[in-house]
Amino acid sequence: MQWAWLPGYLPALLQGLGITLFVLVASVIGGFSLAVPLALAQVRGRTLPRSLSRVFCSYIRGTPLLMQLYLLYYGIGSLFPFIPGVRENFQWLVRLDAIYYVLAAFTLSFAGYEAEIMRGAFLSVPRGELEAAEALGLSRAQVLWRIWLPSAFQKVLPTLTGEVIGQLKSTPLAFTVPVMDLMGVAHRVMQDTYRIYEPLLFVAAIYLALTFLIVQLFALAELKHLKR
Amino acid sequence: MEIDWKAQTAGFQIGASALAGTVSALNLIVMAVAPLATLLSFGDEGYGDELFWGAVRTLEISLFGYVLGIGLGLLGAVGKLYGPAVFRPMFSGYTTLFRAVPELILIMLLYYAGTDAINAGLAKLGIGAVEVNGMVAAICVLGVVQGAYATEVLRAGILAIPIGQLEAATALGMSPVLRFRRIMLPAMLPLALPGLANLWLNITKDSALVSVVGFTELALATQQAAGVSKRYFALYVVAQGVYLLISQCSLSIFGWLEGNMRRGQPGTAVAR
Amino acid sequence: MKKIVKALAGVVFGLSLAGPAHADLKLGVAAEPYPPFTSKDASGKWVGWEIDLMTALCADIGEKCAVEEVAWDGIIPALQAKKFDAIMASMSITEKRKATISFSDMYYIGLPTVIGAKGADKDISPEHLKGKNLGVQASTIHAAYAAKYFEPKGVAIKTYGKQDEVNADLAAGRLDYVLADGVSLDDFLNSDQGGCCEVKAAVPYDAEILGVGVGFGLRKEDTALQAKLNKGIADLAANGTFDKISDKWKLTGKLKLPGSK
Repeated sequence: MQWAWLPGYLPALLQGLGITLFVLVASVIGGFSLAVPLALAQVRGRTLPRSLSRVFCSYIRGTPLLMQLYLLYYGIGSLFPFIPGVRENFQWLVRLDAIYYVLAAFTLSFAGYEAEIMRGAFLSVPRGELEAAEALGLSRAQVLWRIWLPSAFQKVLPTLTGEVIGQLKSTPLAFTVPVMDLMGVAHRVMQDTYRIYEPLLFVAAIYLALTFLIVQLFALAELKHLKR
Repeated sequence: MEIDWKAQTAGFQIGASALAGTVSALNLIVMAVAPLATLLSFGDEGYGDELFWGAVRTLEISLFGYVLGIGLGLLGAVGKLYGPAVFRPMFSGYTTLFRAVPELILIMLLYYAGTDAINAGLAKLGIGAVEVNGMVAAICVLGVVQGAYATEVLRAGILAIPIGQLEAATALGMSPVLRFRRIMLPAMLPLALPGLANLWLNITKDSALVSVVGFTELALATQQAAGVSKRYFALYVVAQGVYLLISQCSLSIFGWLEGNMRRGQPGTAVAR
Repeated sequence: MKKIVKALAGVVFGLSLAGPAHADLKLGVAAEPYPPFTSKDASGKWVGWEIDLMTALCADIGEKCAVEEVAWDGIIPALQAKKFDAIMASMSITEKRKATISFSDMYYIGLPTVIGAKGADKDISPEHLKGKNLGVQASTIHAAYAAKYFEPKGVAIKTYGKQDEVNADLAAGRLDYVLADGVSLDDFLNSDQGGCCEVKAAVPYDAEILGVGVGFGLRKEDTALQAKLNKGIADLAANGTFDKISDKWKLTGKLKLPGSK
């Protein structure tokens, strides 16, 4: 095994790591925020929002993330030439860096999976608690924000670790569009040096370390916040 | 605030099948910008047959990878629970490692390193190099990765079997093998089924990842067709429709299986 | 039921290991389309200038040839792993690659060219392109050239896995310029999608990075195969087959071929 290439590429790898982490954190936060309304729509929404939410979640969970990303990036990209005037007037939109597409795809993906989990969590909160809150005069919004959501969130906290790690493992897909995340840099190393195993093993080790860190972080958070 | 009891069966959304079908239909309408009939036709003119055979290959590698994965999973689960203590760290290592490293990296490593390792091993034994068929490589790669997840799912399933049943089997004088075959396996399957259904859905989606190493299944076939025809949007939407079809049918099948298998089983399993 | 399934699996495993009738010579092509050299037509068959060359060459040297597809960035490792015997993927002969694999004699020399949107600046010197997006395919001599000459001058280099993805993004407007082989870009410019763009200029040639032409990639120990292929190439150059194939694909005069001046 040759590791001579490592010192030279370390800055690039660190930069790639930064991008990977950025995508992870942003997509988790964004995805989770999106998951709550999606779940609510399925739990107590009217027919149209409920159907739309169900269809969206089925789509996200039924198709590979790779294809979702391709559809978003190359699919939409292929439509630009057909919309007259977009190149001149909406330059910023057309030249939107690939990373935003990656963020969009990953956020939507996380939201789709989390919505299902949040749905179960919302349904498992005892009805009595919510009825009591309403009887005490809290508005529906207050019931949601003060009772329902925190209670549901408590229930999902243990599984959240696994979900975030799952999202971390999806991040290497970003390199299939021109984004220089950790995997993208590793790919570049593979091209430049013709070594395949070493860069892949190195990146695998980094992902292992990240997984370990996330598990520890969430364990700490659980200790502090999980009641009962 | 209505609670939709019908949607509570093991988390499956069987009711969403019709809706997902609507999504596919809506997609097709959306991309009727240009004539699709020629693009998707079978035969020499259209890409319909490439996509079709790509889908077939996706199903092939998913199915055989799944079977391999479950086989490895059974081995791992039994090994972890009942095997000699010396093997446990090995199985633990296998599951931890393969579940912590991203599938994409595992697939790339195994696909390139796998044949190398096999050939190196064979060279040491004095046998010449074998050419490993691309499909076999893809199946093995997917199977080995899924095996790690399957180990955990099956292990949880075994642990959920009411211990009384297993003790009774031993008391009746059944050998461990017979007990496994007659009691453990049938009891474990319905308990592990939701997890196994998840694994199947995961492997059908992970099969798209082998496109990155150049194996032509549905994802790569779509990319190739799109690359030549330049109809990226249309073709990707159609490909996703196919994946959606696969996943919805799978959900229905597993839902039916679960209903079938739960007949005669005690209500909820008692954890050990 | 599980038994039956497992038995079936075993049978199919065995069958697939047996595989199709073993061809004498397996040639690895990149799974991504690279017209006009290699691409899949609508019926799923591999067609192109290189495919025709392969047919003629194999007939000349008396071998039965088959095509094996691998991802472009894994093609050298796959060769080492003996998944096939030779690489036929418009791979340029460079000193760097020669450290890992050997090559046959060259069978064409292409001209790396920059293309861009109609109306965009024709001056493509690196300083002039500062801040613009230049697209290249990963693991190619063009990517290496861009990294050596354009990147240090502040040009934003975007690397893609497949050449048609680069072209697609140029058509979409995400890229300002693309650096790739002139002939393959020509094919793109003549398609509907390529109507947006035009040739700007060929880049100053750096033989160390851009290589001395395209050849078959071979394992270093396969000297016998190398000799066979070289003889075949020489034969085809002598009897005019190269010109015939180029005419068929409308590339007359656009490629520098073996034996021509």
